Amino acid sequence: MSKYLKSITLAFAVFAITGPAFAEKFGLGRPALLAEVAAWDWDINALGEGLPSGSGDALVGEEIFAEKCAACHGDFAEGIDNWPKLAGGADTLDHEDPLKTVGSYWPHLTTAYDYIKRSMPYGNAGSLTDDEVYAIVAYILYSNNLIDDDFLLSDDNFMEFEMPNKAGFVVDDRAEAEYVIWSGAPCMEYCKDSVEITMRALVLDVTPDLDVAPEAVTPVSVVAEVPEPEAAAIDLELAAAGEKVFKKCKSCHQVGERAKNKSGPILNGVVHHAAGSVDGFKYSKAMKAVAEGGLIWTEYELAAFLTKPKAYLKGTKMSFTGLRNEADQLAVIEYLKTFAN
Amino acid sequence: MSKIETSKQSRRAFLSGAAAVGAGAMASGEALAQTADPLITQPQEWAQGFGDGVDATSYGLPSQYEGDIIRRNVEWLTADQISSINFTPIHALDGTITPQGCAFERHHSGAIDLSKSDYRLMINGLVDTPLVFTYEDLERFPRENHVYFCECAANTGMEWAGAQLNGAQFTHGMIHNMEYTGVPLRLLLEEAGYDTAGKWVFVEGADASSNGRSIPMDKALDDVLVAFKANGEALRKEHGYPVRLVVPGWEGNMWIKWIRRIEVTNFPVESREETSKYTDTLENGVSRKWTWAMDAKSVVTSPSPQAPVKHGKGPLVITGLAWSGNGAIKRVDVSKDGGKTWETARLAKPGEKMALTRFYLDIDWDGSEMLLQSRAIDETGYVQPTKTQLRDLRGLNSIYHNNCIQTWWVRESGEAENVEVS
Repeated sequence: MSKYLKSITLAFAVFAITGPAFAEKFGLGRPALLAEVAAWDWDINALGEGLPSGSGDALVGEEIFAEKCAACHGDFAEGIDNWPKLAGGADTLDHEDPLKTVGSYWPHLTTAYDYIKRSMPYGNAGSLTDDEVYAIVAYILYSNNLIDDDFLLSDDNFMEFEMPNKAGFVVDDRAEAEYVIWSGAPCMEYCKDSVEITMRALVLDVTPDLDVAPEAVTPVSVVAEVPEPEAAAIDLELAAAGEKVFKKCKSCHQVGERAKNKSGPILNGVVHHAAGSVDGFKYSKAMKAVAEGGLIWTEYELAAFLTKPKAYLKGTKMSFTGLRNEADQLAVIEYLKTFAN
Repeated sequence: MSKIETSKQSRRAFLSGAAAVGAGAMASGEALAQTADPLITQPQEWAQGFGDGVDATSYGLPSQYEGDIIRRNVEWLTADQISSINFTPIHALDGTITPQGCAFERHHSGAIDLSKSDYRLMINGLVDTPLVFTYEDLERFPRENHVYFCECAANTGMEWAGAQLNGAQFTHGMIHNMEYTGVPLRLLLEEAGYDTAGKWVFVEGADASSNGRSIPMDKALDDVLVAFKANGEALRKEHGYPVRLVVPGWEGNMWIKWIRRIEVTNFPVESREETSKYTDTLENGVSRKWTWAMDAKSVVTSPSPQAPVKHGKGPLVITGLAWSGNGAIKRVDVSKDGGKTWETARLAKPGEKMALTRFYLDIDWDGSEMLLQSRAIDETGYVQPTKTQLRDLRGLNSIYHNNCIQTWWVRESGEAENVEVS
C-alpha cells in the first residue's frame, strides 16, 4: 500500500474513539518484520501478557540456580556480599533496614520472570530457556517458603500466585501528602531558637580517601604511549584481545593495583602460580584439595580449567560455564600475565 | 608553628596552610608583598620558549593541573563496579553545563560499545506499523535542543539515616546537566501511528541489563527526546552512545541508554526497575511507586568538604546548584547559621525548566564558623524541605528521592564537613 493511501485510511481512523493517531509522516524507517519483533519483544507485564508456555519446579530450579546464580545470590538465594538477596525478609518492611527480597517486597511474580528471562544470569543475559526460568522462579519462591519444592510452576498457574506484598504499594501521592505542606513563603528570620550539630560525616568516616589518586587521575595524551616490552615477552596484541575476553570474568574477578577479592579471587600473578593461594579468599573444598596437591596454574592447566570449570574441578565455586574458544583462552591468559602479583 | 607549605597541591597540605592563614596572620587582601614575586620578576620558561603545536592534541583533555577533578565512585556502595555508579565532581565545577567527560555514570550491566552502524531502534506494540529506524533515519527527523538535568533517584540516598559521605560530589554528584540534541519521541510515535488507546510506552536499552521502564503516554508525547548529541558532540559511550532517551525532570533510571525498543502498551510492565527498585518505602512499610519527578533541590557546591576556603576571611563566593523536576527554579535562599536566618542568593540567570540553575551569594566572611545551607523554591511554590521534614513524613527507609536541605559546617580554618543540625 502506498504511503498516500495509508494516510487516507488513517485520516478516517481518527474519528474513532481510539485508533492510530494521525499526524504528518516523514516516511522514515521501515516496517519491522515479525521475526525481528519476536527477537526483541520479550517483556512480560503484570497481567502476565507475554508469559511463554513452559514449566519448572524448585527441585530442578535448585540445580540451575546452584550453577548459574549462586555465585552472587548464594546457594539459598540469601545473597553474597553486596549482591541482591532474593529470599527472606518477610514482615520487615516497616522495620529499620527492611530486607527487600523477591519474597518480602516484589508485588508481582511476573517481574521476576521478566527480569530473569531478559537480564540474567549477570554476564550471560538472555541465555536461559523458558523452562529454566520457570524452574528458577519456583526455586526463589521455595527459598522464600512460599511454595513446596515439588510445586510445578507453569504458565497455567503462574498468574494465580499472589505475592505477599502485592498490596504494599501506592501510586505516587507526594502532591497531596507533601507538596501542599512544603509550599508557601518560607521563614527568613528567627526560624529556630538554637542550632546544634547532631551528626558528623567525619565520625562515620566512610568517604573514599581523596588523597589516593585513582589510576586515571592524570589526563593522558590522546597519542597512545608504546609500553616497554616486558621481560617475559608478553604478546601485547594478544593481551589486548584478552582484555576484551576478560569482560566475562570481571563481575567476579579483579586485577590491577587496587584489585580486591570479590566473589572470585584477585587474579594478579595467577599464571604460573600455585592454585588456591590468594590471601583472604575462601576457596571451595575442591580447590583447597587440589591446591594441597600442589596444582600450579600453568598456561596449560588454566586453559583446561577455563574450558569447562565444573568439569575440570567438580565442586569449584566458579559458576562460569566456560570459555570454549581456544583463542579466547590464550588471549585471556596472556592478559592475566600482564598483572604481576 | 611549621612553615606554610605553598608548593604542595595535596588537600591536606593546603589545609594545614589554610589553617595558619585563618589564624589571622595574613588574610588575603591585607597581605603586603615583602619581597618581589619571582613569578613576576624572573623570566619564566613559558614566557620564552614555545608551547605545544596545534598537532599536539587531536582531542583536548583538561589541563594537567586539573587532574583531580574527576568522577569518583564509592566502592562499598555496590557489589561490583559494572552494575554501579560514580559521581560528578560538582564541588569543582561552575556554571551549569556538565562536561561529558566528568558527568556521572550509572550502568546496570556496564557501558557497552555500540556503533552507529549497528544501531537499530524499534517501535512496536499498539501501533499502525511497527517500525525499525537506523541511526541515519533518526538524523532525518526535525530536531530540537534543550538543556536538562539528569538526576539519579538515589542521589543523596546515602544520607537518609544521617550525615555519611563527606563531599558534595558524593552526597549530590549523581547529577549532570547537558544540552541535548534529539528528536521528540512524539514524532517517532506518530511515524509508527501509535494507538491513542495506548496509555504507556515501555522503553528498553540494548545492553545486557535491557533496563526497561514504563512511561505514561502523556509524558512520552510531551517533552521526551530521543537524543544523540550532548553539549554539541556525540553522546559518550557511558551515557548511551549512540542514542539515549531524555526524560526531562524525571529520575535518571528512566533515561534509557542505548535505547533499542519503544513499545506502545495498555498497561505498565511493572519491571524490576519500577517495582523492586526505584520505589520508596515509607515508615509504615507501604511503598510509593511511580515517583518519577525529581522534586526541587539544591546544594552549596563551594565551600564544601572537597572545596574548603583557603584564603581566610574577606570576600568569599558561596555558590551552588538548584534544580526542580517540576519546572523552573524561582529562588534560592542561603543560610549561614544552620537555618536560623536566610538570605536570598543571586541566580546567575533566570531558572529554566528542568535544568540546573547556578546561584551565588557573595559575602565578606568574618572568619567565624558557618553552618551553610541552601533552599530551593521552584515555580510551583514548592520549598525544598529539611531532613527532619522529610523523615517526619517518610521515615528512614525510602532510599530514593532524598531532596533534603544539606548542611556544611565551615570551620574557622576554612575546612568544611557534612553535618546534620537540629
